[in-house]
Amino acid sequence: MSAPERPDSAGSTASEPIRHHETTVPPPATRDITDGGPDMVQFVDGDGQRIGITEANEPYAAIVEAMTPEDAQSMYRDLVLVRRIDAEGHALQRQGELGLWPSLLGQEAAQVGAGRALRPQDYAFPGYREHGVGWCRGVPPENVFGMFRGVNHGGWDSNANNFHLYTIVIGNQMLNATGYAMGIQRDGAVGTQDPDRDAAVMAFTGDGGTAQGDYNEALVFASVANAPVVFFVQNNQWAISEPNHKQFRIPPYQRARGFGFPGVRVDGNDVLAVYATSTAALDAARSGQGPTLIEAFTYRLGAHTTSDDPTKYRVAAEVDVWKEKDPIKRMRGFMESKDHADPDFFTAIDEEADELAARIRKACQEMPDPPLPHMFDDVYAEPHSLVAAEKAEFVAFHESFEAEGAH
Amino acid sequence: MASQKITLAKGLNAGLRRAMEQDPKVVLMGEDVGKLGGVFRITEGLQKDFGEDRVIDTPLAESGIVGTAVGLALRGYRPVVEIQFDGFVYPAFDQIVSQVAKMHSRSLGHLKLPMVIRIPCGGGIGAVEHHSESNEAYFAHTAGLRVVTCANPADAYWMIQQAISCDDPVILFEPKRRYHERGEVDIDESAGPTLGLHDAAVVREGTDLTLLCYGPMVKTCLQAANAAEQEGKSLEVVDLRTLSPLDVDTIVASAKKTGRVVVVHEASTFLGMGGELAAQVQQQCFYHLEAPVLRVGGYNIPYPPSRYEQEFLPNLDRVLDAVDRSLAY
Repeated sequence: MSAPERPDSAGSTASEPIRHHETTVPPPATRDITDGGPDMVQFVDGDGQRIGITEANEPYAAIVEAMTPEDAQSMYRDLVLVRRIDAEGHALQRQGELGLWPSLLGQEAAQVGAGRALRPQDYAFPGYREHGVGWCRGVPPENVFGMFRGVNHGGWDSNANNFHLYTIVIGNQMLNATGYAMGIQRDGAVGTQDPDRDAAVMAFTGDGGTAQGDYNEALVFASVANAPVVFFVQNNQWAISEPNHKQFRIPPYQRARGFGFPGVRVDGNDVLAVYATSTAALDAARSGQGPTLIEAFTYRLGAHTTSDDPTKYRVAAEVDVWKEKDPIKRMRGFMESKDHADPDFFTAIDEEADELAARIRKACQEMPDPPLPHMFDDVYAEPHSLVAAEKAEFVAFHESFEAEGAH
Repeated sequence: MASQKITLAKGLNAGLRRAMEQDPKVVLMGEDVGKLGGVFRITEGLQKDFGEDRVIDTPLAESGIVGTAVGLALRGYRPVVEIQFDGFVYPAFDQIVSQVAKMHSRSLGHLKLPMVIRIPCGGGIGAVEHHSESNEAYFAHTAGLRVVTCANPADAYWMIQQAISCDDPVILFEPKRRYHERGEVDIDESAGPTLGLHDAAVVREGTDLTLLCYGPMVKTCLQAANAAEQEGKSLEVVDLRTLSPLDVDTIVASAKKTGRVVVVHEASTFLGMGGELAAQVQQQCFYHLEAPVLRVGGYNIPYPPSRYEQEFLPNLDRVLDAVDRSLAY
């Protein structure tokens, strides 16, 4: 397969010059958010049927063709387990065990497809909804739950699985990811053709994040440096209550061209398509061809977080349309049509999901509050006299109560 | 001993060079830091000697500079970022306080973020708007950051190296109107710093009153102490050098010794470093004080057009006036 067309060093392509006067933007009211358009890369339709070769998916078809039934089974397993992790997070929040939960319901294929395309030496920089990517990186789900339970701000060792901590301030992580990719370049881990050495970074944000200055600066820096980074935008159509047309007039994948590198729109509910486009983009980055932007066209079926009320800003009919595009249903339909798995397989996965949910629930409920003085630890890597003095005061203050109780 | 009389700017340049020679992970980043050597020439000649991968000319975007430096630090590099002027740091404020300051704490110590953010600070050079600000209080207020200032070439030479070798993020405020003032610096390879990164320095001994100052105001306060001596007043001058953490012991010792304290800084006094210093002295030296702690600083207005700046900035007369008021109690 060939990667999407890349600009030459002057930032434009010889075959297709950018013609600004022909650029038209449909008015927001006419935009159909359920249709990704002809540019969207897709391999499986809504009924799970394999789509033939199109102009959009042709560059990626070989990656999908190379997948085995076992690959499909493994991918399906991830989709189901990730959905179950998410459902458990939502339930635990409603039961008071978590303070907040940002659901990924509906975005499982986007995250699993991208997450599974990463190699061990690659690095992922998530926002705060990327539970599925973390799962694919091997991060124990309990780690994520600690943050939303309020016992830490994440706290996992990012370097254990090359999965950075969640970033709450929208867009900050896109620059951090780009800088990390610049470090990979300086380490000489790009373009060596050693599959175990060449590395890339994948940076995740949502459609709302594309409006942020840091997002746009990240694209500038990555382009100028030709950094090995893939920007992965999950366009789930809603930035809390704000629809796409409040964020941009040109879809994110088309904007990439203006920064000097390719952009691809992929059906974010088609895990095969996401995996294929992500694999190609990461391969390009690792080989020294620079950044790619992937816009995964998907939908947030749930609320922004458990504090949100989507009934105030979107209609139920829209949600119903997207429920029909369910990524798990589609993948199962595809596997059944190809005879990639028997009914026992699907039953076994559901049982495994039940066990995983029980494990997470138990771990969450038994998660201890951290010892109070620990909040003073790790503020600095080296001793800091003010923090040391305040910790001593804090400890003495609390010990004074114990002393009073002893009398 | 290879003592040389060099400018503060050359001290920084020599310190950066030595740090880059000693550690290949040290990289410099900023606008115009390559061929131009920065608008103040602090990085002059370094790209020529260390290459474009280690002295990185960045796009003109401060959040981008700091945000990518975060990523480089996470990858194991020790980036030294140049903010071109103090008033240009605000686009990077979010990255500094949200990511730079918090990474070690957020990760429960798993991630270290050794990076230095160099900020030319202060006024007195007749510049246009946004080129003369003293914004140290914003950063000293934020846990997770270390904030230091240099006031002479020797400190510039050593503090930049100490900041680079620190495993925490350090903001180094460089007094731009002192860049071209000279002082003795021992750059012998066997030499080492005489002070820690977080030590204050008593730069002039005295018995009647303590002037607490830092950065560009150290020279002004030393001049004030010399002038006061002509009138028979003995002023002690303490160069704080470090704002976070404060060297409270040195401050308190001096305040107890003289019983009177005047804080001098260029930043606006309202909620500035002077407020914290006055509180520390009041809390720890109450029975030793002969007068309330006074502050001499910028007025609580935007940094004015340069035709006004000599009235805005603390000068010899304003410092001596505060000294007289303190001694009158």
